[in-house]
Amino acid sequence: MNTTELISLLAIAVAAAAPIVIAAIGETITERVGVINLSADGVILLAGLGGFVAAQTTKNVWIGFVAAAIVGSLVALVVAFGAITLKQSQTAIGFVLALLCTDLSSFLGAPFVLTDAPRVPSWPLPLLSDIPYLGPILFHADAVVYFTYLLIGVSWFYFYKTRPGLLLRSVGEQPSAAFARGVPVIATRYLYTIVGGALVGIAGAAFTLDIKAGWTFRHVAGYGWIALSLVIFGGWNPLKVALGAYLFGITQSLLGKAQSVVTLIPSQVFPILPFVFMILVLMVSSGDLVDRMARLFPLGVRRALLRTLRATPPNSLGKPFEQD
Amino acid sequence: MKLNRSVQVTQLVSLLIAAVLIVLVILPTGQSPVTVIGTMIDGAFGSWDLVARALTTLAPVLLCAAGLAFTFSSGLYNLGVEGQVLAGAIATTALVRALFPDGGQAAVSPALIMALGIVAGMLGGLLWGLLAGLLHVYGRISEIFAGLGLNFVAQGLAIFLIFGPWKRAGVASMSGTALFDESVWLPVLGITELSPVALVLAGVALIVALIVLRNTYFGLRLRAVGHSLRSSFILGIPATQHLLSAFAICGAFAGLAGATQALAIFHRLIPGISSNLGYLGLLVAMLANYNPIWLLPIAAFFSVLNIGALKLPSELKVESSLAGVIQGLLVLAVLLSRGVSKRAK
Repeated sequence: MNTTELISLLAIAVAAAAPIVIAAIGETITERVGVINLSADGVILLAGLGGFVAAQTTKNVWIGFVAAAIVGSLVALVVAFGAITLKQSQTAIGFVLALLCTDLSSFLGAPFVLTDAPRVPSWPLPLLSDIPYLGPILFHADAVVYFTYLLIGVSWFYFYKTRPGLLLRSVGEQPSAAFARGVPVIATRYLYTIVGGALVGIAGAAFTLDIKAGWTFRHVAGYGWIALSLVIFGGWNPLKVALGAYLFGITQSLLGKAQSVVTLIPSQVFPILPFVFMILVLMVSSGDLVDRMARLFPLGVRRALLRTLRATPPNSLGKPFEQD
Repeated sequence: MKLNRSVQVTQLVSLLIAAVLIVLVILPTGQSPVTVIGTMIDGAFGSWDLVARALTTLAPVLLCAAGLAFTFSSGLYNLGVEGQVLAGAIATTALVRALFPDGGQAAVSPALIMALGIVAGMLGGLLWGLLAGLLHVYGRISEIFAGLGLNFVAQGLAIFLIFGPWKRAGVASMSGTALFDESVWLPVLGITELSPVALVLAGVALIVALIVLRNTYFGLRLRAVGHSLRSSFILGIPATQHLLSAFAICGAFAGLAGATQALAIFHRLIPGISSNLGYLGLLVAMLANYNPIWLLPIAAFFSVLNIGALKLPSELKVESSLAGVIQGLLVLAVLLSRGVSKRAK
């Protein structure tokens, strides 16, 4: 593989990972505040459809993104109401919504299959795109891809360097302590569940209006589950979550290349391999295995290793808050 | 008594809201909701053949739902049920191909091959279920992601087999492996796809689930584990064993569904052999809410919806995924109404 090929491969990987980064960071925000929203796989499809239809009707691609964000936040509102106010099983509600939104997207999307809608225009950034190597990989893309860079940075900064971010995390870790300090736990949870849902919705439009532009039945099914597993893989830290998404993108485009070279494995297996690979990585990173591997190393290294590799979920994740 | 009344009212109101939403979803298609529902009823009950088709769907849904009643009782969401159905079908196909090679001679009597094929399916599903359980219990991975991950792995394995070692002579395609010899097709009623064996097996699975969960010490302990893993462990219940058995039983039932799908309906391995019936079983089990008595009526209703909706595309040019929309909205409405009545207390 020569340099030009490598650059194009990485550029494709960075673009292909964009919707997954957006969805995974959206879910990270939701889970950091203590709520699991399992509906992502269906919401990406339904919001993707909503965005596609809105963009087609108004002939404006950005209105498509707004519509997708609204669809995503409405579904998240249902999750929030069921999980926070009614204190029902978040797994049950999220999973039912994942199936329901998938079927809804097939049902309502039937008339729009293989129709045309505006696409996000390509927009190489002046100056930045001229940087050797990095320019073509990172800055020869479009607004959606640049939005992901911004999102990664802003969400990390917000989580760890601002006071509202601290409050967000405290609600996820110790809701009763946060409440005692005067943080409105219920309202905070509603807010960030909806924000997270809106981002998952935007990820749907990023697929249908940009990365996999167009609409067919269930054409981006499966990516929602990948995004959810990346949140665990990344240990609920936006930087590591995004890193996981890019690894997934690179795996995907490498396998796309390998498809024509490797003859031992039938080519039809390749599209499913990144999913298998990602889940296997997740199984290793979230389980006991890391602990066992770490024991092979001396104490000082071990601690650093565990801190990088091991993921500890927010303490109150999935548990309803009982306000006295 | 007064409390019960309010629970009923809440459920009724939430189902009404679901009904209104269903109507709202149908409206954009330009068809009147009455016509659509009428076509669905006709599509499910219009002839004996159609009733037989609904019963054909009922068997695997019931098998999965009965298995899931075990994992639900132990407090687990076994989303791996789809992969367990597929693993069962893969194991069945492997056995049939081993004892009755493509274009060769049967090694033993066809009846024995079918019986062994069913056992192999159960074992395949059981292993896949147990694997999810082991990852959950010993790997400390959320059972949701362990199950989902194994679904993808099973899917990859099936496609690999269909396009690799088990590819059909000449063309390999998504339509699956070569057909089994006709002598090892599970008998069906007339020209329908309804296999009495599959239906009887589903009935047995349901009765087993009912008796074990409600009337045995094992069932009681399983529910205790589901209520509180920690306290049941402290009280001396081998919680790990109970969790793993729940996964194994659920996997075996799902694998059985995969075996009958392969032997009675498709007569081969296809990638989409479970065609979301496992997830449908999950919705059924969720709606039944730990009460196995409800599994049969809900599974029957959902199967009727699935079959009735198949008539929509040809008659009204309406997508058949309406069945899934209705099922999802109903389950969501019931889940939320449970929360509302709990809050009212």
